[in-house]
Amino acid sequence: MMNCILAGVGGQGIILASKLIAQSAMNKGLNVRTAETIGMAQRGGCVVSHVRIGEEVHSPLIPLKSADVIIGFEPAEAVRCLGYLKENGTVIVSQKAIKPVTVSLAGDDYDGSEMLFFLRKNVSNLIIVDSDSICAVCDSPKVLNIALLGAVVASGVLAISLAEMEVTIKQNLPEKFVAVNLQALRVGAQAVLKENK
Amino acid sequence: MLELLMGNQAIAMGAIRAGVGVVTGYPGTPSTEIIETIAKKNPGHIYVEWSVNEKSALEVAAGAAYTGARSLVTMKQVGLNVASDPLMSLAYIGVKGGMVIVVADDPGPVSSQTEQDTRHFARFSKLPVFDPSSPEEAYLMIGDAFDYSEKYNTPVLFRPTTRVCHGCASIDLDEIRSEVQVEGFIKNPKWVIFPRLAYQNHLKIEARQPILGEDFSSYRFNSVSGSGKKGIATGGISYAYTREAFQEIDRECKLLKVATPHPFPETLALEFLAGLDEVLVVEELDPVIERELVYLCGKYHLSVKVYGKLTHHIQHAGENTVESVAKAVAIFLNIPVSESKNPVALPLLPIRPPVLCAGCPHRASFYAVKQAMKDKKAVFSGDIGCYTLGNASPLDMVDTCLCMGAGVTIAQGLHRAEPNVVNFAFIGDSTFFHSGITGVINAVYNQTDIVLIILDNVTTAMTGHQPHPGTGNTLMGNIAEKISISAVLKALGVKHVVTQDPLDLAQAVAAVKEAVAFKGISAVIFKSPCIAVVKPSAAYLVDSEKCSGCRQCIEALGCPAFAMVGNQMKIDPATCNGCSICAQVCPFDAIGGAQS
Repeated sequence: MMNCILAGVGGQGIILASKLIAQSAMNKGLNVRTAETIGMAQRGGCVVSHVRIGEEVHSPLIPLKSADVIIGFEPAEAVRCLGYLKENGTVIVSQKAIKPVTVSLAGDDYDGSEMLFFLRKNVSNLIIVDSDSICAVCDSPKVLNIALLGAVVASGVLAISLAEMEVTIKQNLPEKFVAVNLQALRVGAQAVLKENK
Repeated sequence: MLELLMGNQAIAMGAIRAGVGVVTGYPGTPSTEIIETIAKKNPGHIYVEWSVNEKSALEVAAGAAYTGARSLVTMKQVGLNVASDPLMSLAYIGVKGGMVIVVADDPGPVSSQTEQDTRHFARFSKLPVFDPSSPEEAYLMIGDAFDYSEKYNTPVLFRPTTRVCHGCASIDLDEIRSEVQVEGFIKNPKWVIFPRLAYQNHLKIEARQPILGEDFSSYRFNSVSGSGKKGIATGGISYAYTREAFQEIDRECKLLKVATPHPFPETLALEFLAGLDEVLVVEELDPVIERELVYLCGKYHLSVKVYGKLTHHIQHAGENTVESVAKAVAIFLNIPVSESKNPVALPLLPIRPPVLCAGCPHRASFYAVKQAMKDKKAVFSGDIGCYTLGNASPLDMVDTCLCMGAGVTIAQGLHRAEPNVVNFAFIGDSTFFHSGITGVINAVYNQTDIVLIILDNVTTAMTGHQPHPGTGNTLMGNIAEKISISAVLKALGVKHVVTQDPLDLAQAVAAVKEAVAFKGISAVIFKSPCIAVVKPSAAYLVDSEKCSGCRQCIEALGCPAFAMVGNQMKIDPATCNGCSICAQVCPFDAIGGAQS
């Protein structure tokens, strides 16, 4: 069984990313369950998607302390979901913070650095992805989700290969978006591979 | 072929497989995707519509089932309150073709006003109800529901909950498609409800209840497994949690799974209760299975202790989880609960509530009304939709919200009791058609002086942009003549009706002031399309030379594209949709269009 949490902010493409992971696992003949937040919570609020792969999975929701990997699309959202992470689980997180307007309204400050500091201190298997520069390379702010998938695939935690994920992307995305997303996937993967060398 | 399907998609595919011919409903989380999927996967012969509200939807589906066609109607749990009038009578009249009423319940609640339990409605209306525990089960169970409906000539309820509706699973879709021969409507007094017929049918329904319960005792998705002196009774998604809890605590016990909570499968339940000392009932929302078991223990003088919500062993409100169930089951089975190590204390996390989107025209409308009513005593009654989010700071423009269409009428009650206060009623376009119109007639005829603000973004935005009578589209792909809200209001006798673009702030404020000055009910239709369905305008920029960091824009509008960076305002270009309201609010003329 493999449990994966995707956490971020509404509008970041989290649901698509979870579908691509689920579909890749299904392409390998594996059993999949997912659950996601839809509706009111989507509008700029926190979004959490649960993906579960393997037999003997009944609940669509991952129990606490059971996630093999958390994919954080935003530092604070990764921290918010940390209770799901199992011992020695992996966190892959985008370093770019999204400051909610409520923070500015309250006159508080938030830039994500405190969250990354906390993750470094508490998570042994941590991969921080420089999403800004990946999006810059791909010349699109919209590919963050696929760039993170690239990093996840390269980390090996999902047991899904880069080639397998490429096939899923080609199967599931409209043709005009395939090229830029494949690029984001590879750049995301390279970022991790470089770090591991 | 194995496909990854959401529970709602599985229900849709199962209904198509069962040969459904007419499908109706009103959007509402977590039920919406069922009709969207049927419209998308329509093999060609299915008539599918978004109806104006749940009552209309249920009646249209009932008419279709009178002919022998199979019909499906979908709604969320509070929608059944709107449709309860036809539901109760239809239970007496019955149907010819199979008719399934899908009502999605929302434990939590995740996105609803109530945690009501549709299984009570089944008992109240004496209709059978099916309760799937997973998307794959739902795919097959919806077909069973049609079969039972035809076997007993009764509409049946089908009640999935949020985690089944919005959970995805790999589902084996087959190519089976039932052929339904539609006999047509045959005239017969049995279709006309009269007191005498109601009396006779009431007797028949009561006679049918135990027969159906007996039939359900051998229904394929009801089951008893395991052995021992202790047993767990469960149903729906809580069955999945229980199975997983067994794995977690590495222990099992006798297990009753109830997929048809009404009429209760008594024989099967007795088989489960036989030899037990204690039962724990694991369910969400209300203790429905629990009360049935307590009743059976009394009826048959069984000395079995039944624990659950009534005995505070299962939480009364909110969702169950694998953890909550595992804990309750471990305590029940006397397994020591492993003391979890103190989790690491998390740092203070930024609060991230859902907000109106950047560029949302509702923000402009609320702000315009707020400006117009500055220093005046006014109460703002809201309604159901994205615009309920107008209650959040800094807009703070929703003082009441009750149920669909209630803003218009609550405002009237407030005004009758406190005539010196200006009473506004905000209502969206889809909600106006759903249940706002009768409230307007009530105000016109009874001469109640309220100000109606129609937030017309030309779609049903909250649930994912479904068409409604004001949009000109239908699910069958036809172009329909739009129903004009302005013309409707005028025809109802509203003497002051103005349509105004809310993104022109000065004009919008003037329109509100004019409507407030008008004696009698008045209406401003703020018309501007939802930003999620139109191409956004170019993002706006802050001129750092001119920005004084006064925070007026952010404190007035609270747009999610804003962030204070140091003592300067910044607009995130990826979030901004170029609505221009902040530029109209800035006292230093520091915000401009991207091109300027």
